[in-house]
Amino acid sequence: MPTPDDAGLLEGQIEQWRSYLRRRQTIHAVDVAELEDHLREQVAGLIEAGLAEDEAFLVAVKRMGSLDALSREFAREHSERLWKQLVVVSSDEAEEGAGARREALVALALAVAAAVAIKIPALFGLDLVRDAGFYLRNASLFVLPLLAGYFAWKRKLDPVTIRWLALAFVVAAVFANVYPFQAHVPGSASHDPGNTEFLTALHLPIALLLVIGISYAGGRWGEVAGRMDYIRFSGELVIYYALIALGGAVLSGLMAMTFRAIGVDIEPFFQQWLMPCGAVGAVIVASWLVEAKQSVIENMAPVLTRLFTPLFAAVLVVFLATVLWTGRGVQIERNVLIAFDLLLVVVLGLLLYSVSARDPRSPPGLFDWMQVLLLVSALLADAVALWAIAARITAFGFTPNRVAALGENVVLLVNLAWSAVLYLGFLRRRRPFASLEKWQTDYLPVYAAWAAIVVLVFPPLFGYV
Amino acid sequence: MEINKDLVAASSTPIVLAILADGDSYGYAILQRVKELSGGRMEWTDGMLYPVLHRLERLGYVEARWEKAENGRRRKYYRITSAGRDQLAEEHRQWEAVNETLRGLWTVLRAVRPAVSGGSGGTPGRTAPPGRTTPLPQGA
Repeated sequence: MPTPDDAGLLEGQIEQWRSYLRRRQTIHAVDVAELEDHLREQVAGLIEAGLAEDEAFLVAVKRMGSLDALSREFAREHSERLWKQLVVVSSDEAEEGAGARREALVALALAVAAAVAIKIPALFGLDLVRDAGFYLRNASLFVLPLLAGYFAWKRKLDPVTIRWLALAFVVAAVFANVYPFQAHVPGSASHDPGNTEFLTALHLPIALLLVIGISYAGGRWGEVAGRMDYIRFSGELVIYYALIALGGAVLSGLMAMTFRAIGVDIEPFFQQWLMPCGAVGAVIVASWLVEAKQSVIENMAPVLTRLFTPLFAAVLVVFLATVLWTGRGVQIERNVLIAFDLLLVVVLGLLLYSVSARDPRSPPGLFDWMQVLLLVSALLADAVALWAIAARITAFGFTPNRVAALGENVVLLVNLAWSAVLYLGFLRRRRPFASLEKWQTDYLPVYAAWAAIVVLVFPPLFGYV
Repeated sequence: MEINKDLVAASSTPIVLAILADGDSYGYAILQRVKELSGGRMEWTDGMLYPVLHRLERLGYVEARWEKAENGRRRKYYRITSAGRDQLAEEHRQWEAVNETLRGLWTVLRAVRPAVSGGSGGTPGRTAPPGRTTPLPQGA
């Protein structure tokens, strides 16, 4: 006769056995339930046959077979389970599925809302091509508030934070639209965006990414870990967005071909509907995908940094060697500064996303040396370029584009230089790796601040040209 | 008696289908039935039955449903489908063929054995010289 104490013991043992099973990727929750039912039957049968409870449990577990063999058999039958499924929520996990489905619906609704939002100005006679400047300046405002709303809903942000975030968007909308920007070619019929207008279009999203970050972190923006999560999120978002864009390109290509076959030109539909609506909607969908899969699939961005850090480092080292060997100076062209800005952005990305995936407790390894090599060679390459530019910047004059590019270069250079110092300190075991993490996450507002300066100050400073 | 793994694997489909053809059932009961029918000579590793059931489900031979058992727990019951019955008939034919072939061979061996043992014992009798084709058993 089992006493209540024994029953508790058996329950504990079964619970433990269940947790072992659950850890097997190929054995799903429903299968665990089925096997547990079997185990309990077996135990009951053995007890009836005269075994003590703990003996019955041991025998029943033994008869079930080894976990390894069992999960191998399950893997053979359910090979698809070795590929983690993301979007398709199986009906088996109904309880979990309900929440996931609701979130998918919210994300889809917001994506549709973004698609609608970008078409609203058309009701007021603003044309995508004719008023390209308006659309460029406001592009981020059609989608980022909705994205912030998604995170505010998901993270249950408090009303005070929501109000501040909303205020930030209102300010952004005001400054994107109050300045009397001048067309690139004054007096021309088509409105090509001018320099400062283009800078605003480029920098407003960067500034607003900080707002998205705060809503993403959901009250954890003050913590290094919260900001680091946002960095991880951003890397995955870019990758998912690129994948969706690729799919969109294939879709539109096929549509164009099939409709051309029946003599219908759907080019206008692409330009006016599919492209703008898809571009904004995809931001929300990609964000939702990143959220949904974050614990299911390995992050892609760190994998890419692993692949490309050695390659970029090799290219930069060869570049520096060539400069030294041939004595060639950097040719000063219009876009040379932007090219080096992009180089620093890529290097920063490689650093950031490998930092985001690195276990701060593991000791320095070969890859860390590779990172430092990449950092130092990028800094040297940039120094070579800056040296060449500094000598002649006054001769060129300070156009808004050049000042913005120079500012960006300084912002990135400071980050990377100090990162190199911190990284070297880590390699020499003088500093913990966490100091590099902290530096990178603390630096995030600097990008936004510089972008905000470009948006707020540059147009009046340079006469709205 | 330990039954070889390949044999267990090969026979599991007809055995499970045949048990389910007798009425809906669930994993533990199916195993009990196997044990009972084989007089305890066929002992499957319990867990291995479930991947087999899932394979049959994927192939459309059985359907599964969750039900509340009499003890209040949720239990997964399996029911054979018409495709499963067709498969069972097919398996039946195949196993019948294998069985008959083997039975024929066993009879031959039994007929030969006295000769083999007789040769060593020196007893004269119906000797079948080695290398010669053995006569076909009756009824084969």
